[in-house]
Amino acid sequence: MIGNLPFVVCMILIGLGLWTLLSRRNLIKLAIGITLIECGVNLFLVTLGYVERGVAPIYTYTQPGVTMVLPTPQALTLTSIVIGMATTALMLAFAVVIYRHRGTLDARKIRELKG
Amino acid sequence: MNIGIHLPILAIAVPLLGAFALPIFAKVHKRLRDMWAAAVGAFTCAMVIALAIQVLSTGVVVYTLGAASPTQAVTQGGFPIRIVLTVDGMSAFMGLISALVGLASLIYAFQFLKEDQGKTLAMTLFFLLWAGMLGMEYTGDMFNFFVFLEVTSIAACALIGYRTWESRPAEAAFKTMALYTLGGLLVLLAVAILYGQYGALNIAYLSSRIRGSQLDKIALGLLLGGLLMKAGAVPAHMWAPDAYGEAPAQAAMVLVANTQASLYGLWRVLFTLFGGALAAPAVGWLVVSLGTLTLLVAVLMAILQRDLGRLIAYGAVSQIGYMLLGVGVGLVALASRPDFGLVAMQGGIFHMLNDAATVGLLMLAAGVVRRATGTKDLTALGGLGHDLKWTGGFFFLGALALAGVPPFNGFASKLLIYESSFRLSPLLTAIGVLGSILLLAVFARAFQGVFLGPRLRAAQSPPVGMLVAMGLLAAVILAMGLAPGFFVEHLVTPAARALWEGRDLYLAAVLGG
Repeated sequence: MIGNLPFVVCMILIGLGLWTLLSRRNLIKLAIGITLIECGVNLFLVTLGYVERGVAPIYTYTQPGVTMVLPTPQALTLTSIVIGMATTALMLAFAVVIYRHRGTLDARKIRELKG
Repeated sequence: MNIGIHLPILAIAVPLLGAFALPIFAKVHKRLRDMWAAAVGAFTCAMVIALAIQVLSTGVVVYTLGAASPTQAVTQGGFPIRIVLTVDGMSAFMGLISALVGLASLIYAFQFLKEDQGKTLAMTLFFLLWAGMLGMEYTGDMFNFFVFLEVTSIAACALIGYRTWESRPAEAAFKTMALYTLGGLLVLLAVAILYGQYGALNIAYLSSRIRGSQLDKIALGLLLGGLLMKAGAVPAHMWAPDAYGEAPAQAAMVLVANTQASLYGLWRVLFTLFGGALAAPAVGWLVVSLGTLTLLVAVLMAILQRDLGRLIAYGAVSQIGYMLLGVGVGLVALASRPDFGLVAMQGGIFHMLNDAATVGLLMLAAGVVRRATGTKDLTALGGLGHDLKWTGGFFFLGALALAGVPPFNGFASKLLIYESSFRLSPLLTAIGVLGSILLLAVFARAFQGVFLGPRLRAAQSPPVGMLVAMGLLAAVILAMGLAPGFFVEHLVTPAARALWEGRDLYLAAVLGG
């Protein structure tokens, strides 16, 4: 019924994230861009496991003959969300440290390392 | 319990447990923590070596997690649903590199790190990074590979930026984290695309199904981009000099081994996962051109550096270029299989071991310089050879080996790359030789500037533990330089053959028959 629409939405999210990474200079916004890409990829994984009229894959609760959804993509997404939380937390922690030392979050103004 | 069949998982689980138990032991007593770290390090190295011997003598080792028997990878119907670890010649070889680098880093860290500057933290993160690297190298499952990739990303970036009392490490860590995460997400997207098409994550099963459809090509492109980003190849190399320059010395050398684990992932994807569908040499040419570009850009950037750490970092990036060049030539030749293809692969893969040892040695020597003088600025350093005789000698050895001067190990592997890439195009060889000459000039200037000349200030010589770590790497470099034939025959050739023609064996070992 909805066809490929969810996949299109995922790609739009990933594209928005990439655009944020390329166009923004604020460290927090860069972290948001990474998170957007992550959301797109996670949604893509969940969409892959979607089955129309599918039910949760718990054998003891379902009637015979009902289509079940595949649990693997959901397990993958869960793992990916946990990893994403760790990376986002670490990036924001670094942003806090940078702000404490320099008093700014502008990536153009904090370039001590170059060349 | 027969420990022999559980070696692959134990080699990952032991450093992981070691990492998380380390802070608890540190709370009890610092001596207890050091003993625990030494025991975990020694045990991990012993298991990696035992596993390598097992693989080299009996062939591919498959370990299935959660099955009744660890050797039972496929369920009834020939479909692998469980997570498997698959260790072939190439994985075993990479495990040995990680073990060597990890051991040297650990020995060095005991006396290099200071208690009041997060020693427990750095050692915990090191073990986490080590476990992640071994996981990337031993896994036979694409999603598992992504998870270990992210474990190394998080541990590596925390190691770069844990010194929050300085401002520069955090900047380097943020930049590295952004690129690592982006690379990891590209890999995950590729894994999702492959899963969506074939409903499996097992590398061997996917490899038997991939036919090179349009979606497969997109997945291959994403994997190439993501893994090259993490390996620090030009044009995604910006993080590498910052990270290597700002991370403490013992961590920087493990970061180099981590980039090689990513390169290993790339070889695995190109040769095993896409090995059947990848007949066109276009991808090989892409890898070759990225390799030559990487080595040229990195060497030219090394000339401009004023900081010893960043200079070595660009040297390390340039070596990634040589590996890409060697294996890329092998990939171009994969379809028609002439002799020089295997020679190029041997050169590129041998160079990974050489690079881990030589760049590691240079970084450890730079760490001694930084510890003795408090700076890595080349314009402020000079005459340290009067006090740091051993360190100067080790730096000199590392510099010669990195530039590929005979009779050191860098020459042995670069010669293999040159003579095979010459058969493909003499231009590639010319660029490679030019890179080596420039590298020699850069490092000769750095050695002369830091260690020779009049004594500017008194420098305290490093403790024995740090010298032992450097001595271990120097001994490996000398052994590989004096007897390259032995190493090529017993370690490198099985690894190169595992990629070059071992795909069928790899598939048969996991899927049976």
